[in-house]
Amino acid sequence: MKRKVMAQVLVGIDADSVLAGARRFKTVLVGELARRSLAGAVEVSETGPVGPVGPGVSLVVYPRGEVYAGLEEPEIPLFVEEVLVKGRSWDRKLVPAGKAGRGPAPAPADSRRRQHYGRIVLENCGLIDPGDIHEYIGRDGYRALGEALSGSTPGGVIEKIEKAGLRGRGGAGFPTALKWRYTAAGQGEKVLICNADEGEPGTFKDRLIMEGDPHRVVEGMALAAFAIGARTGYIYIRGEYGLSLERLGKAVSDARSAGLLGRDIFGSGFDLDIELRLGAGSYVCGEETALINSMEGCRGEPRLKPPFPAESGFLGRPTCVNNVETLANVPPIVLRGPEWFRAFGTPGTPGTKVYTILGHVRRPGLVEVPMGTSLREIIFDYGGGVFPGDFKMAHLGGTAGDIMSREALDLPLAFETLQEAGHNLGSGAVLVMNESVGLPDFLACCLRFFRHESCGHCTPCRIGCRRLHESFVRLARGRGYEDELATIAGLAAGLKETAFCPMGQSVAAPIESALRYFRPELEAGVEPGRKRPRRRERGFRPAGMPGAGRT
Amino acid sequence: MNRVLEAVGRHGRDRRRLLSILHEVQAGHPGNYLCPEDLAAAASALGMAVSEIRSIASFYTMFSFRPRGRHLVRVCESPPCHVMGATGVLEELRRVLGVREGETTADGMFTLEASSCLGLCGVAPAMMIDGESFGNLTPEGIRSVIDRFRARAEKERGAR
Repeated sequence: MKRKVMAQVLVGIDADSVLAGARRFKTVLVGELARRSLAGAVEVSETGPVGPVGPGVSLVVYPRGEVYAGLEEPEIPLFVEEVLVKGRSWDRKLVPAGKAGRGPAPAPADSRRRQHYGRIVLENCGLIDPGDIHEYIGRDGYRALGEALSGSTPGGVIEKIEKAGLRGRGGAGFPTALKWRYTAAGQGEKVLICNADEGEPGTFKDRLIMEGDPHRVVEGMALAAFAIGARTGYIYIRGEYGLSLERLGKAVSDARSAGLLGRDIFGSGFDLDIELRLGAGSYVCGEETALINSMEGCRGEPRLKPPFPAESGFLGRPTCVNNVETLANVPPIVLRGPEWFRAFGTPGTPGTKVYTILGHVRRPGLVEVPMGTSLREIIFDYGGGVFPGDFKMAHLGGTAGDIMSREALDLPLAFETLQEAGHNLGSGAVLVMNESVGLPDFLACCLRFFRHESCGHCTPCRIGCRRLHESFVRLARGRGYEDELATIAGLAAGLKETAFCPMGQSVAAPIESALRYFRPELEAGVEPGRKRPRRRERGFRPAGMPGAGRT
Repeated sequence: MNRVLEAVGRHGRDRRRLLSILHEVQAGHPGNYLCPEDLAAAASALGMAVSEIRSIASFYTMFSFRPRGRHLVRVCESPPCHVMGATGVLEELRRVLGVREGETTADGMFTLEASSCLGLCGVAPAMMIDGESFGNLTPEGIRSVIDRFRARAEKERGAR
């Protein structure tokens, strides 16, 4: 007779915990349970990332829903004894309720726009086994798709997304419904692409969504494809994301076997198949037209817009490119309605945002909070505060984002509020830095990244990033020319105005925000009286030619 | 040569599948790179010019035209890892392996590469050796990571 399951242990498996030994931990735990004849009474399964609970192996134990973090292999017998045999809470490694971003958080001082807690995109992460389609279905998975296909129309789905006010979570914040409408109105066969080429440094939210709840992405894609009338969907995933590729690949093939992809889904006559495409290491491929070029087997350089992809994209077909997080928001909106969604976030940007908190914080990791949450709350409430040292600055939204000083800590983070303040939300990275980080050196590192990743298509970005990198290296050494800051500001403005694609234009963001908040520190890198050498016509006269070396 | 025909067989004679084909061809080469013969074979199989394939492949950092070691060490040097001390880690790797970025150790075991963000920023500074991730690195810990990896890899080779 099968014994009744008394408890369930979910081991958080993601790229970070795997390298802390989570898979081996699970094996040893199962062994220990068998040794105590608890194999039938305690069920051990894998789940996705558990939340921002710190490094190491993390577990969720049901029925009490307790989260344990930072566990090590030698502690397993004690853990089993205390928690699973005696049924006590084991305070030593227990994460206090609310800290893991699940359950009600402590009541905030300003509850005006934050009546609602809980997660949307990550609601299943850390709760279900991402490899098991039944666990997703058991939590209302694929219900939105079933209801849409049987009782709604493509127009009906678009209308729900429009009323919900969903905006693209890739960084630009473009209204999703509008993109879908444009694509749906295009001529010929439509194509849907899920942009999983997450290359913005500091951003790994999409990886954790794909690792923790891959079926949500598949269902979101199915709904989007239904809305725009596409029969083919692609997931363009970056080459480094091995575990995401594995989990999404399994999710797509399981959905196909279950009849949730393929021909005549739910007997509605709607066909959809999803294919995975692997990137090969290029930052600019996160830009939608560059991504499309890459999918066609070309160099991943951006295309001139217009025509926009909605008109002519992949193979000249009307194409809609959506970010992973955007698509993950779609099933719950379709299922629970726009009103429910609008209860989260701000009027201009309803919903939640997934942030990755990193750098000098006590608890680096991933958190989902309502739009409008301030940097202060994210860093100090969820990230556990600055450690070591004191707060100096935060780089918001990845390398192509703004550098925020102390005075920007209380700005509500939403597309419209940040725009008003002259900032951008970006991709969701929050890189926290203490006073040990020198700004010129940090910017030199940012520009080294842009210089390397510039695709070379347009001159402002190809040459501008190189010159800017050189400037910041000089400033970091205290050897800046006396006109260095003016040159930097000019180049940044030039990039913003004239670079060919949004990637090149966004190089200006960290520079301009740094000039705005930290000008004195940059000025300190200038060597008084150091003049820029007079321009030589290098390159026009190869060495040895008459006139070479003369000014 | 065969690996090119096999990869083309799996993906079809479709130049749009070039990246997937090149991924497989490169992984199948003992030198972990795209050799001139493979490029020529891919060009003729797909009806493209070799120069065209080189132009496309050279755009992407994951492809190499130079032979590489059996294991690829990629150290992230993007800002999040930088502020957490990636520079010291990279310097120590250069010392321990005795090579600079882009070079291969004399025994053909490791190639060192500096990389853009690997998406492991939660455990910065981080690196990957082949598909395996290593995080929370310190200069002091690098030698033991490399030694352990080397010992394991040699054991696996011995077992084969």
